[in-house]
Amino acid sequence: MARPILDIRDLSVSFATPRGSVEALRDVSLTVPQDSIVGIVGESGCGKTTLISTVLRLLAYNATVKSGEIVFEGENVLAMSDERLRDLRGRQVAMVFQDPMTALNPVLSIATQMLDIQYREPIPTTEKRRRAIDMLRRVGIPDPEHRLEGYPHHFSGGMRQRISIAMALLMNPALLIADEPTTALDVTLEAQIIRLLRDLKREFKGSILFVSHNLGLIAELCDEVVVMYAGEIVEQGSVRQLFHDARHPYTRLLLECDPARIEKASRHLPTIAGNLPDLAHLPGGCIFAPRCPRVHEPCRREAPQNYAASKGHDVRCFLVRDG
Amino acid sequence: MAATDTVTAAPRVEASASAWRRLLADPLGAFGLALVVLIVASAIFADWLAQYPPTQLDIRNKFSEPTLIHWLGTDHLGRDTFSRVVYGGRIALWVSLVAVSISLVLGLVLGMLAGYGPRWLDSFLMLVFDAVRSFPTIMFALAVVIMLGPSLETVIFIVVVTSIPVYGRIVRTLTLSMRVNEFILAERSLGAGPVRVLFHHVLPNVIGPVLILASMEIPVVITIEAGLSFLGVGVRPPTPSWGSILNDGYAFIRDTPWLVLAGGMPVIVTTLGFTFLGESLRDIFDPRLRRD
Repeated sequence: MARPILDIRDLSVSFATPRGSVEALRDVSLTVPQDSIVGIVGESGCGKTTLISTVLRLLAYNATVKSGEIVFEGENVLAMSDERLRDLRGRQVAMVFQDPMTALNPVLSIATQMLDIQYREPIPTTEKRRRAIDMLRRVGIPDPEHRLEGYPHHFSGGMRQRISIAMALLMNPALLIADEPTTALDVTLEAQIIRLLRDLKREFKGSILFVSHNLGLIAELCDEVVVMYAGEIVEQGSVRQLFHDARHPYTRLLLECDPARIEKASRHLPTIAGNLPDLAHLPGGCIFAPRCPRVHEPCRREAPQNYAASKGHDVRCFLVRDG
Repeated sequence: MAATDTVTAAPRVEASASAWRRLLADPLGAFGLALVVLIVASAIFADWLAQYPPTQLDIRNKFSEPTLIHWLGTDHLGRDTFSRVVYGGRIALWVSLVAVSISLVLGLVLGMLAGYGPRWLDSFLMLVFDAVRSFPTIMFALAVVIMLGPSLETVIFIVVVTSIPVYGRIVRTLTLSMRVNEFILAERSLGAGPVRVLFHHVLPNVIGPVLILASMEIPVVITIEAGLSFLGVGVRPPTPSWGSILNDGYAFIRDTPWLVLAGGMPVIVTTLGFTFLGESLRDIFDPRLRRD
């Protein structure tokens, strides 16, 4: 197999807070192969955004990486000099954010912003301009020559997200990280953006790390899925393995809770009982044990490791180890 | 090539033309602009406007009432008040422009550093700002004048030191609220370093409020200069200054009130002019307030 584009190994991140140290990520290992789309799914607060912020070292000041490494094309991101890191950002890894309404600088025109991020390219301004126009056309902005002069408030949410994507792809990065890029958009736009991402991925031959809490989107867009719960990866595998043969109780509950899968009319949406555990005071044993419907004897005593359910399908649950 | 060039150039020209149109369409803005132009023009063309050298004495003609020969009369030494007012404008504008520019630039840089830099730097700069602001300006000014001696440079120094914190605090607060914005994160994720983030992305966002502040600081500085000169610790006599004209006339306010008016009116007119102009410019140049 070719070298993966991104390889995260045993990553642990904690935040220093007045209440003590919050263990936001624990022993997260994740691989993004060349030319593929990997989805990260999990409920709010499970560490999805922390994980991708760590990849680009955009964490807040009170965060510390306690262990692990993030290897991007053979280079450890966490050990890079600031200069090398800046060079990596944008050119090799780019990011699209959740809220398109705040992801663009409100007082600069689209042209200014799109030309500014090309500051490292040794090409004349007219060429940078041509590239920006070309990229806007590719993400489906009509009349890009004139719209380029517009300010962010001249555009709707969906258009702004397209512009954000265009900016991220402007330097042809090998990896695009999309942090819930459709959460702030309505369903029609969501479908458009997803189609756009898939088409662009085919065109640019890069990989995408796609974060979402929408299982339907993940199933539609991704090749592989990582399920996160409370700062741990509880299950990972291909879309087929995850959606047809989910092994971790949390993944199964998550799938059952997806409103799109409800078949019988009901007054209540299905939910998973209980809340996320307090990450400042972790319970011993399996992190999901307090909410798990199939909790049994070893779960509360010791923490499970990753066990392979089949090739490429890892599950952090004793049920898989014990068959 | 040529085609893209015209695309680049056209909207800029259009934008500045429409800014002019909008400034002139706003009655308050146009009025402010007119006052500012009047004051600035009178300062620039002082040599032609004034019929007499501002320091020329004519003792036999002291306390002349406003006449065709002395438009605003003469003071207790027989100096032509109109000439002194016109030359005083030069001093006032020079001091305020220099002082405001220096403190604006320093305040911007220090404020952005405090807001974007590490926390210890923020705490240190804020401590310095607060310490400076805790002195009453006049007390601080008197102390500095005693140390450095009264001169134009001393006045500028006092104004710069006391108004850096005014800009610095506002810029710091704006920068703090700016840095958590997603577009700053997005820029960083696309490879922008701290300098680029600060000067290309934070600066355009904070410059608007700071410029209006600066335009409103110009009259404040003029007042400080006039105030210090009034107290006799500003510009050294016999150099004409609105403050010293006020001071000279103050003693004779019962008999010759026009002297006080001649010193006070320009301060009021300049204050109003710059304030109106500043507010109007703010509305025009902040794209978030645009109605198109």
